Amino acid sequence: MMKFTKRYLSFVLIGLVMLVCGVQGSGLSASTAYLLEKVAISIILAVSLGLVVGFLGELSLGHAAFMCVGAYLGGKVSQLIVEALGGSQHDSNFLVLILSLVIGAASAGLCGFIIGLPALRLKGDYLAIVTLAFGEIVRVIFTNANVFGGAQGMATPRFDRKYLFIIGLALVLATIAIVQNLLRSKHGRAITAIRDNEIAARATGINVTKYKLTVFAVSSALAGVAGVLYSYANFNLQPSKFGYNYSIEILVMVVLGGMGSINGSIIAATLITYLNTKLPLILTGELAVLQNLFYALILILLIIYNNAPALKGFREKYNFKNLWNKLFKPKHDPARVRDDAARWDVVPTKIEMNEVLSTDVVIDNFGDNSADIGERGGNK
Amino acid sequence: MNFITNLIGGLSLGGIYAMIALGYTMVYGIAKMLNFAHGDIIMVGGYTILVFTAQSVHPLIAIALAIVFCVGLGVVVERVAYKPLRGASPLAVLITAIGVSYLLQSLAQMFFGSGTKMVTGLDLGSFNIGSLKISVSTIVTLLSCIAVMVALNLFVKYTKTGRAMIAVSEDKGAAQLMGINVNLIIMITFAIGSALAALAGTFYLMRSPSIYSTFGSLPGIKAFSAAVIGGIGSIPGAMLGGILLGVVEVFANSVSAIAPYTDAIEFAILIIILLVKPTGFLGKKRREKV
Repeated sequence: MMKFTKRYLSFVLIGLVMLVCGVQGSGLSASTAYLLEKVAISIILAVSLGLVVGFLGELSLGHAAFMCVGAYLGGKVSQLIVEALGGSQHDSNFLVLILSLVIGAASAGLCGFIIGLPALRLKGDYLAIVTLAFGEIVRVIFTNANVFGGAQGMATPRFDRKYLFIIGLALVLATIAIVQNLLRSKHGRAITAIRDNEIAARATGINVTKYKLTVFAVSSALAGVAGVLYSYANFNLQPSKFGYNYSIEILVMVVLGGMGSINGSIIAATLITYLNTKLPLILTGELAVLQNLFYALILILLIIYNNAPALKGFREKYNFKNLWNKLFKPKHDPARVRDDAARWDVVPTKIEMNEVLSTDVVIDNFGDNSADIGERGGNK
Repeated sequence: MNFITNLIGGLSLGGIYAMIALGYTMVYGIAKMLNFAHGDIIMVGGYTILVFTAQSVHPLIAIALAIVFCVGLGVVVERVAYKPLRGASPLAVLITAIGVSYLLQSLAQMFFGSGTKMVTGLDLGSFNIGSLKISVSTIVTLLSCIAVMVALNLFVKYTKTGRAMIAVSEDKGAAQLMGINVNLIIMITFAIGSALAALAGTFYLMRSPSIYSTFGSLPGIKAFSAAVIGGIGSIPGAMLGGILLGVVEVFANSVSAIAPYTDAIEFAILIIILLVKPTGFLGKKRREKV
């Protein structure tokens, strides 16, 4: 039961939100519905970027650009279909929405594949550079292409506003299901193995490039889905909206939620999207910049706190989990120990490979050797 | 005639890119990190010049002060944000660098507003050779870039500090065993990189005198691409890549049909180079060891 709730908690919560809001339906104000749509978009983006950053260990700085590709192509396709069917461009039906979602996901995924092809073959931070470049290319192309309205922007297809957020939340569920199942499978193990030690992963026969490319393409495709949703949720698409800053905002969500945690990404995405809609009301005019300052500081401080080698002891002593355990868990519960020993269903969040691999021989007073594995830590 | 003007313009823009790229490539070679905040150091340099020229300080003094300020900022950023993460995963360092870049941009917005400001006093006029009109700033930029590159090459090859830099970039541990103060060398590298960034910012302002909070991003990203194209970690590579991108940019801008797509073309070159020759033109292939 415990395991079940832990694994499906996010599903249940989002399902509940869907149910409550769906029943309310007409009673929901337009701004609340729009907020829910935005939250859904953010969650999809954060979870899909989290897949690349938190689990694959590569950095993508063009997540908004993939979203942009999905938004423009998906939006354009549904516009064309509706026009071909003789309707005005403003009414789109469910089937067209599904089709444009598929198109958006496919086009963004294809872009991800093409971009990942040169970058992911290489060791190092090349993906960050190439995705950054891709973001600029996308911005330039959509700003200048007249088919997509150029800098003025493109009018977007419409869908019944009352139910769009339900579709958004359903897409969130689908995204979480895809990502969770991918990570719990054999392939997910391979992905985390690549993150923890690429060479060791390669040595065990994992096709590193193939996995990296697949994960990146899946993540981009999901960003494309978020893009299509965005184009349905807003009246106008503008290339400048999908700039570098938006990509960074998604990255802030992932880092704030904790890298390698899907639930964390969901919470952080919800929180930041909510703050983004509420903060501009408080921080008007000159103060608006404080919001960006705040995000920047979150990014720096969290990363230093979580990763600085000097703070390792401090982190291990005073972290969230320890505190929680101290307060709410009994001290020695044999069942829990057995439970933790082999949890195939839990995705390992962070294993220091050199800690696992290093075996320090400890000679005790009686002179017999015992290999002490995993306690000492590597010397790197 | 047009060709020669474009070529000179391209070489001088390329020189600016090369200067910025040098900062990226040296820091990468020595600290093994991509310093995303480097582009924003350019912006800070630009704003420093703006502040001092507005107080009617002589432009040359303003430039010197900007260089000093940027060097200080670069060193502080390195100490506060990057040094605690030495030995942590590259991803963490990369994200911190992005955070620093974002922070600098927000701070600039806070102090100077989000609007565009004009820097006065950097315009040096122009002169004619026959029918050729050449602005003085282009020539100054070109000559200074050449001088800086030659000086930097000599510095790295023939001074003790420069040799120590090469040693640290080859093998940090071994360099430490030879009595090199690795932390100091990394700090010096950041200082040199920041000084070059401030200088590049000055030359960039000479081309177009408007400054805003994301002033440094685009030249930063382009110089960064230049460093990768030339082979990241290689000093001559950064110069080559920078000049290549500068020339391509000016020539593409001169053809009206493809001018709007100039940026896209430059980044497409980056992606193609990575596809064909992943190490860049002059980069060394490193073998990965366990």
